[in-house]
Amino acid sequence: MARNVSYRDFDWLLFAFVLLICGLGVLEIYSATYNTKFAGVHIKQMYWIATGIFAMFLISVVDYQLLLENVHWMYLVSIGSLLSVLAFGQRYLGAKRWIKFPGGQHFQPSEWVKLILILAVAKYFADARRSELTFFDMIKAGLLVGVPMLMVLAQPDLGTALTYMPIALMGIYLGGLQAKHAGIIVLVAAMAMPAAWHVLKPYQRDRLTSFMQPEADRQGSGYQVIQSKIAVGAGGIWGRGFAKGTQTHGMFLPVPQTDFIFAAFAEEHGFVGAMGVLLLYFMVLMRLIQNAQTAPDRAGTFVIMGVVAVLTFHILINIGMVVGFMPVTGIPLPLMSYGGSSVLFTFLALGIVMNIRMRRFVN
Amino acid sequence: MLNRDDRVPQLRLTFIQYVILGVFLTLAFGLWRLQVMSSQYYGELAQRNRIRTVPILAPRGKIFDREGRIIVDNYPSFTALLLRDQSRDIDADVDKIAAGLHMSQDEVRERIRKFRHMPQYQPIYLKDDITPDELAFIEAHRTELPELETIMAHRRLYPRRGFMANLIGYVGEVSEDMLNQPQFELYSAGDVVGKSGVEQYYNDLLMGKNGSRRVIVNSLGKEVKPLDEVAAVPGQPLKLTIDIDLQIAAEEALGDRNGAVVAMDPRTGEILAMVSRPTFDPNDFAVRISRENWTRLVSDENHPLLNKAIQAQLAPGSVFKIIMATAGLQEGVAQDMKVNCQGGASFYGRYFKCWVTAEHRVHGEVTISKAIYQSCDVFFYTLAQKLGIERIAKWATAFGLGQKTGIDLPQEASGVMPSEEWKIKNFHQKWFPGETISVGIGQGAVAVTPIQLARAIGAIASDGVLRRPHVAFPDQLPPYYRQVMDYNQENRVPLDEKNWEIITDAMANVPTAMGTANSAHLEGIDFAGKTGSAQTMSNALAERLGHAHSMKDNAWFVGVTPRRNPNLVVAVLFEGGEHGQFAGRIAAQVVKAYVEKQRRLPVKVAGVSGPVEVAAVWNDPHGDDADDIQGGRFYVGVPRYALKPERFQVSSSKYRRGTRSWQLRTEN
Repeated sequence: MARNVSYRDFDWLLFAFVLLICGLGVLEIYSATYNTKFAGVHIKQMYWIATGIFAMFLISVVDYQLLLENVHWMYLVSIGSLLSVLAFGQRYLGAKRWIKFPGGQHFQPSEWVKLILILAVAKYFADARRSELTFFDMIKAGLLVGVPMLMVLAQPDLGTALTYMPIALMGIYLGGLQAKHAGIIVLVAAMAMPAAWHVLKPYQRDRLTSFMQPEADRQGSGYQVIQSKIAVGAGGIWGRGFAKGTQTHGMFLPVPQTDFIFAAFAEEHGFVGAMGVLLLYFMVLMRLIQNAQTAPDRAGTFVIMGVVAVLTFHILINIGMVVGFMPVTGIPLPLMSYGGSSVLFTFLALGIVMNIRMRRFVN
Repeated sequence: MLNRDDRVPQLRLTFIQYVILGVFLTLAFGLWRLQVMSSQYYGELAQRNRIRTVPILAPRGKIFDREGRIIVDNYPSFTALLLRDQSRDIDADVDKIAAGLHMSQDEVRERIRKFRHMPQYQPIYLKDDITPDELAFIEAHRTELPELETIMAHRRLYPRRGFMANLIGYVGEVSEDMLNQPQFELYSAGDVVGKSGVEQYYNDLLMGKNGSRRVIVNSLGKEVKPLDEVAAVPGQPLKLTIDIDLQIAAEEALGDRNGAVVAMDPRTGEILAMVSRPTFDPNDFAVRISRENWTRLVSDENHPLLNKAIQAQLAPGSVFKIIMATAGLQEGVAQDMKVNCQGGASFYGRYFKCWVTAEHRVHGEVTISKAIYQSCDVFFYTLAQKLGIERIAKWATAFGLGQKTGIDLPQEASGVMPSEEWKIKNFHQKWFPGETISVGIGQGAVAVTPIQLARAIGAIASDGVLRRPHVAFPDQLPPYYRQVMDYNQENRVPLDEKNWEIITDAMANVPTAMGTANSAHLEGIDFAGKTGSAQTMSNALAERLGHAHSMKDNAWFVGVTPRRNPNLVVAVLFEGGEHGQFAGRIAAQVVKAYVEKQRRLPVKVAGVSGPVEVAAVWNDPHGDDADDIQGGRFYVGVPRYALKPERFQVSSSKYRRGTRSWQLRTEN
């Protein structure tokens, strides 16, 4: 098989947009933490980004076909790692999400399980090769995503569990969803809602109710939503200036370096700055879809669109939460929020996208 | 190999692009809504989040006596504040707050309810005069209860055991009713205002203006840095015309008896002493008075909250005979009148007794002079009949009876001076000439206050010069007060010199062996006056109720020194004192104290230096009784320690709950 793999075909424009977003994220992390006990985490974030970029180039070298062929092994390993989290995971803030390695590093398997799921779903639908999905196909795809999702939900980590859903939805849609099946899915989802309510942990319910009525719970997550909206609103059109956000620096805004980084950014850089970031994200996603269109095969399209689905979902949930449209779920904003797992996942996902792009001229 | 025909339909990918566009437009709308549409609103919220406004309480002005000695002082204490805008959920914290501050949850809620109309950033005054352990509780719970804050407040320190209490009055938190009245519109909930006496009348002067400081805080309520400060304007000090020495003498003279004493300089209208009994402890009001304590004070039939010197409206009894004598002489009726007193006489078909029958004797032939010092009722019945009610009312009114004197104290009573017009107006009845007879001896419908009597008798002794009584020196007052009340107002009722001498000479005979108050005699002092014993109910009513219910007569005495152009007039009301000379003895003690002080004082040199602060007569509001007022010897106790805020250190280990005594540490 003659291959024409070269970094000339690497998507440098996409990479530039991504670096720009990361840069803004690092600046905002610096601004939000410089006077707190978290001071200096922006340096750590830069290390993570550097590691991420390295991982991205690394994974782009390995043929994605190879990854897809071995995805069932990786899937089994993911299930195993999720089980081990439940069994030996570190309990932090009431949830077991991390595995602590002997070197002192914490690792959150649920992040890279996302990546495996993207590949697994892509593989499944690429192999299915049908213009219209049968009901049985959908059940299988649902189980493929549903099993790890329930395990993450058991950690409990509602936010991350929810991010698995768009992967399945995107796969089903692109795989050839029939209109009548879409109707059934919506119906079943609506009926499952009350049941899901009982499955939710009290704090998760709390977040949902406080989202509906933030004023009723000024102490808990309702307080976070209120303070986030105040931060964003106080930013106005032009923002309050770099490192001048009182909401961010008065500790009114909860975790401004992670989940609420966009609120901190919007407070300091205003509507203009926030729209700029939104535009960057939009460009990234559009560029990804373009790559999906030019992918060498069906599986490549599915993989890239899986990445698009996850990123869009993250952006929607996170910024939606910051502006008060979505409940507080603890989902980070990709590329901007501080956190190694999130950064690594995003760059690995982008690495696979690059991988596919570089192999678009097959044969 | 995969076939390119197996590709995902292009249409589905385009649809996804539109979905993503939709998502981004929704998010952009969310940003637009917050940052463009309502950025001002959220900007204010952010501002309020980080700025905490803490009031700086203005101390009330101190009150001094005429020689600059402190009567009412302040002492520092801590007040617990509730900052509503600092709390995420006050309701959830009420139980913790209540437990920590030793309040009931209902009390806390009631406080919050009372302030519900105030803007959120206005602090609620939760509890005054908190104890050191409550202070420590607030400090220790800064993070959990960021809404709690403490400020130093200056609490009123009044003389203990009710000394001068009815004159000074007391302060309290402005009530909701008051806040709804237009004249209190400048006050806000939580303000401490004067509620009676001098504290009320001069509240605007004494109150001062609270300042505030704004600080930038973080979400934990921790102060990051100060922003700005509006300094408090302390209340102005007030110098009263009261002489503490004479006040002590008057308080001691009246003792535990119910009644009132007023000592006034009739030349100026300056009140030198004013006592009312029974009294209350205004320190009980300085923080917040307990309900049971308040109920007890209000329901007490002896009215401890009343300042009887200006609010008791009673029949003046025989003291009124001075007014009668003045009217009779000035009208030319009494000069050559001679009446034979055989213990009583009949008028308009009814027999009127003279008091002298109770001693089984008669006055015999009585002239105007003897009628005054022997207080012969028959003479004045006859005089009243001759004068008629209109001429009596004219002279009594001219000397201010039945009207407010206009003293600078709140809720002064007007009393009643009956006349034909008064009877028609109030009872729609004609005046019966028989009623005039009782009025002649100060009974019947006549009702006066002690201050009215002091002013009237003082005026007659001063050749008809009436001054407006006042307790504050006008020169220190802002124009507003001077406009409202003419402190230097002088009314003159011209008296014939001969008549003036007859009356004052006869008054000088009262506290002698010839007069009705020989036990009130003062050797070597020109002391003149008039006794009075006034029935508190009519004889007929007393007979109907029987002996058990008949109330003892009120004893009156109004004395002056010297007899003509006096520099002191003292009116004494001794409720249930039965005979005027018992009141006379009280007045004599006050007069004696006054004269002795005058004689001891060096000759005043013009341009004396400023007021001398000798601090208060008492030490602290909760102290023991060992350091008492040294009555009679005019000794003003020097406090054991000065109450200075910087020396006021609270040490919880030294504080014993229940003993109500602050352990104060002074650095030596």
